[in-house]
Amino acid sequence: MDVSKKKELQALAVRIRMAALEAIHSLGSGHIGGALSICDVLAVLYGGEMRVDPQNPQWPERDKLVCSKGHAGPGVYGTLAVKGFFPYEELKTLNRPGTRLPSHCDRNKTPGVDMTTGSLGQGTSLACGMAMGEKLRGRDSRVFLIVGDGESNEGQVWEAFSFAAAKKLDNLVVLLDWNKRQLDGWTEDVLSMGDYVEKFNAFGFDTVKVDGNDVEALQGALERTRVGNGKPFAIVMDTVKGAGIKEVAETVMNHSLTVNDEQYTRWMAQLQSELDALEG
Amino acid sequence: MEIVYNGEMDKRACKEVLGRVIPQLVKEDPEIVYLDADLMSCIGTLKGTRDVADRAINCGIAEANMIGVACGLASAGFKPIVHTFGPFASRRCFDQVFLSAGYAKNDITIIGTDPGVMAAMNGGTHMPFEDMALYNTIPGATIIDVTDPTLLESAIRQCVNRKGVKYIRVGRKQYAKVYAEGSEVPIGKATVLREGGDAVVFASGILVHEAMKAAETLAAEGTQISVLDMFSVKPLDEEAVVEYARKTGAVVVAENHNRHGGLYASVAQVLCERCPVPAACVAVEDEFGEVGPQGYLQERFGLTADHVVAQVKAVLARKG
Repeated sequence: MDVSKKKELQALAVRIRMAALEAIHSLGSGHIGGALSICDVLAVLYGGEMRVDPQNPQWPERDKLVCSKGHAGPGVYGTLAVKGFFPYEELKTLNRPGTRLPSHCDRNKTPGVDMTTGSLGQGTSLACGMAMGEKLRGRDSRVFLIVGDGESNEGQVWEAFSFAAAKKLDNLVVLLDWNKRQLDGWTEDVLSMGDYVEKFNAFGFDTVKVDGNDVEALQGALERTRVGNGKPFAIVMDTVKGAGIKEVAETVMNHSLTVNDEQYTRWMAQLQSELDALEG
Repeated sequence: MEIVYNGEMDKRACKEVLGRVIPQLVKEDPEIVYLDADLMSCIGTLKGTRDVADRAINCGIAEANMIGVACGLASAGFKPIVHTFGPFASRRCFDQVFLSAGYAKNDITIIGTDPGVMAAMNGGTHMPFEDMALYNTIPGATIIDVTDPTLLESAIRQCVNRKGVKYIRVGRKQYAKVYAEGSEVPIGKATVLREGGDAVVFASGILVHEAMKAAETLAAEGTQISVLDMFSVKPLDEEAVVEYARKTGAVVVAENHNRHGGLYASVAQVLCERCPVPAACVAVEDEFGEVGPQGYLQERFGLTADHVVAQVKAVLARKG
């Protein structure tokens, strides 16, 4: 990856974090940890890897994203706002009465959201059906599925992964957000899931593990998924829950946090200076 | 639509209808996909779908995933028909149906076979007395309690092109013939099978036949009752409920389901709000199912013509 492309994606990731923070601060609290951990992959996906058109969010030939960890909505909304799917100012309506930006992703409300999620695990099967639908329609669109590591406690996730491999859904890319924490604390303590790479391989996936907060590593892994080989792809993203805002990342129980005006101002200034350095 | 009820069984088992109609629909309409959870052989669709195997998807024994996959296909514009046994098509995957299909507006048709006592030899674990109650709570859902093979085919053809979550409960065996072959029976309208002024029985599924037999017995004793086929449990034909409740002043609701949350509950709501008259039900009490022949189970759980007769007499006594 050339340096300018890398800086561009890194800057996009910072902008997405700023947008997610804008939304969560406007409400005063929200699912900040798991939204921040996926901002880098969202930047790579919407920064060029995915075939999308912000002016035509229902374009049938587009690539689709299912954020099965639906509570990361603010990260997805931040991305869509930055990319122009809807006005940036609308981020401040998060969870307000009548909003198009509910806590969990809703395909019937938000321009650019491809699937409704929120009850953990369900997005995995939906993504399989979507990927199968693309194949039946003869389209070369890909379906990207973000799954939380805590979410993978749900049995439905593994039903869906079995299905994806059995039906050779090689237009499906699973992005496992291995941020090592869930609502009650460390996943190792709540319900240890073992080695994800071994698990995915055993389930019949073509699997790689990368630094999930490194846009260059993510881009490299995603490039491998452009041509199908009869197997679904899995990218185990080694991430930090709360990545990009040090104080959030260092708070162990950061699934949902309050964000006051002082924190917002300080964190925004930090993100802005990162952005200036990248774009300066 | 033509009514041809004479107490005789329809020669075709519903399994034959499912085995013919589902493959036919998949072949007729390239937008239709059929998903099953390792029970294709049980409804005779395994062979008939071999040449359209890309749109006849065996999901294995994983009902929650099957519902999600169907919903994903719906989001790509397909019209999925999903089948498994009734308990697995309702209890087992309820949150998936509620959210991935209902809430997310991914329109799918779900066929749950062997409802209530029709699960017979599979016994209590496979015997849903509560499937309609669950589906009744899903906003905008359609619930069809199948009356006979003709209605089954008509219902499937309407449901695949209908919005929302559609749930069709049907036994795989024979039913008494009610509708002439080829009849279109519109969803949302009750069918009047018999007119009588003393009381009305609102029945669905296998209880339609029991209600008609009960009507004969009562007529011989000088009591004339109306019998309506309420196959469309949701949307319910509320106007028919009110009209016949007013006309007769005494109501019995008969269903192969428990008394909580199914047809009786829906009719009773309408009566409470619009036309309070004495009412009773022929339905399963607060009990789990058990194993045995269907005839035994109908006796055991109180779902026979004799039970209908008794309940009609009970409401007539309260009518005064």
